Amino acid sequence: MALTPSDVKKIARLARLAVAGEDIPAYARNLSNIMGLVEQMNAVDTREVTPMAHPLELPARLRPDQISETNQRELFQSIAPKVEAGLYLVPKVIE
Amino acid sequence: MEWETVIGLEIHAQLATRSKIFSGAPTAYGAPPNTQACAIDLGMPGVLPVLNEEAVRMAVKFGLAIGAKIAPRSVFARKNYFYPDLPKGYQISQYELPVVAQGRIEIELEDGGVKTIGITRAHLEEDAGKSLHEDFHGMTGIDLNRAGTPLLEIVSEPDMRSAREAVAYMKKIHSLVRYLEICDGNMQEGSFRCDANVSVRPRGQHEFGTRAELKNINSFRFVEKAIAYEVQRQIELIEGGGSVVQETRLYDADKDETRSMRSKEEAHDYRYFPDPDLLPLEIDAGIIETVRKTLPELPDEKKQRFIKDYALTPYEAGVLTSSRELAAYYEDVVRGAGGEPKLCANWVLGELLGALNKNNLDINASPVSPAQLAGMLRRIGDNTLSGKIAKQVFDAMWHGEGDADAVIAARGLKQVTDSGAIEKVIVEVIKKFPEQLAQYRGGQEKLFTFFVGQVMKASQGKANPAQVNALLKEKLR
Repeated sequence: MALTPSDVKKIARLARLAVAGEDIPAYARNLSNIMGLVEQMNAVDTREVTPMAHPLELPARLRPDQISETNQRELFQSIAPKVEAGLYLVPKVIE
Repeated sequence: MEWETVIGLEIHAQLATRSKIFSGAPTAYGAPPNTQACAIDLGMPGVLPVLNEEAVRMAVKFGLAIGAKIAPRSVFARKNYFYPDLPKGYQISQYELPVVAQGRIEIELEDGGVKTIGITRAHLEEDAGKSLHEDFHGMTGIDLNRAGTPLLEIVSEPDMRSAREAVAYMKKIHSLVRYLEICDGNMQEGSFRCDANVSVRPRGQHEFGTRAELKNINSFRFVEKAIAYEVQRQIELIEGGGSVVQETRLYDADKDETRSMRSKEEAHDYRYFPDPDLLPLEIDAGIIETVRKTLPELPDEKKQRFIKDYALTPYEAGVLTSSRELAAYYEDVVRGAGGEPKLCANWVLGELLGALNKNNLDINASPVSPAQLAGMLRRIGDNTLSGKIAKQVFDAMWHGEGDADAVIAARGLKQVTDSGAIEKVIVEVIKKFPEQLAQYRGGQEKLFTFFVGQVMKASQGKANPAQVNALLKEKLR
């Protein structure tokens, strides 16, 4: 499967990556090669195989429903670019 | 052309755990901004999520209550999108293998019929934070207290065919999660919210039309209005030669309309994949059986029992079992009154619910306790009170004047059952209205109620109505 330049642009936008225009053909080629490998694997009959969700063959360990964290707002907000009234401020999101 | 509406709902119920789904930060509502968002909720580098066992139990409880399959193994996945109230850039959710699948619930239709609505799945996920768009010098404020709060997303089949059915389904799920005590159901605080997938198709057509997803519906009234608006919009669009675009639309309650949220469109490519930070969730038969033992009597079972044991109509039983608290109140009244379940139902559904609604109070905040109401009903049962006077007593109890017996004594409301005394009143009334008496005796039998009214008035409502009827018949002859 060959990816087009517009596929590459879309993927980059979804991942919030800035890709320079002149690099797009190279990305398209490299990504297409990866897709080629995926297609090869797709050809294997895996109907009887349970999809692996995690490389460790273990179930999740659960924690009891207890509050263990205390308020550390000041510490966390000390690295935020902008705060006001306890809120993190970010560039306006328009809906 | 006749159109058919097709609706499926996605309900988000906040699970009533103390701590978050993947961290030990508290979930309490209303804390100052960002005081309940810990390093895990903020997605700080190096942290790892650990699943809350109570959230899992609550999901299982819901699954059992809707007769669903509980997955022995389910998987958490990352749903990737960028939004400032989602610090990690992905939401931990479940995708291909949800914890609960293939359940069903019955809703009552307006014509009294019953319809089964399929529940495709219910999965565990974390909530996002809140964006505050008020003016912060042209910026948006972010409160991440809600980030990481456990949600159960309940996805229905596209089985509903009208806005009314959608409301009935939403109310049923709302009642159920509160019965199960897995969600407080508080819609103002956003603990229970709903998105609706709405499409229309020509009646008789098998394929579904293109759907729009309506977001931001936070009340039963709005779900009905939003869907009604959207259906009309789609029909007009198609009949005008256009076509419906698959998109997310926001319901604006102030304007009563839906509008396109273009910004969300691109984000629809969520690129789910299993979260490498979390191992698969395994639920064995032992856990399921332990949870099964904690299931309360469910709304439908309770309703059937009320119909059978208390000889109530399906409507009465339905209202009384709509919340676990109201049902418990009613049963306390029946127990306290020593029977007369129908009379108890009439008073709870009539006077009590009327007064609660009027004062915008919840059953838990009722100024009249079940014991007080039962005490008053006993006084109706033993003829101390007539139904009419009882309303005065109820009103006095509502305003804190004490138990029924105290009110009856203080206000001198005891019903007159002494037939001699009633007879005396009747004789006086008859003497006062000779003209009406002549008309009655001349065949105008309708005037009987006039005399009953006058006698009750003369006795200040205290005469026993049954005795008044019997004695009047005699005297008027």
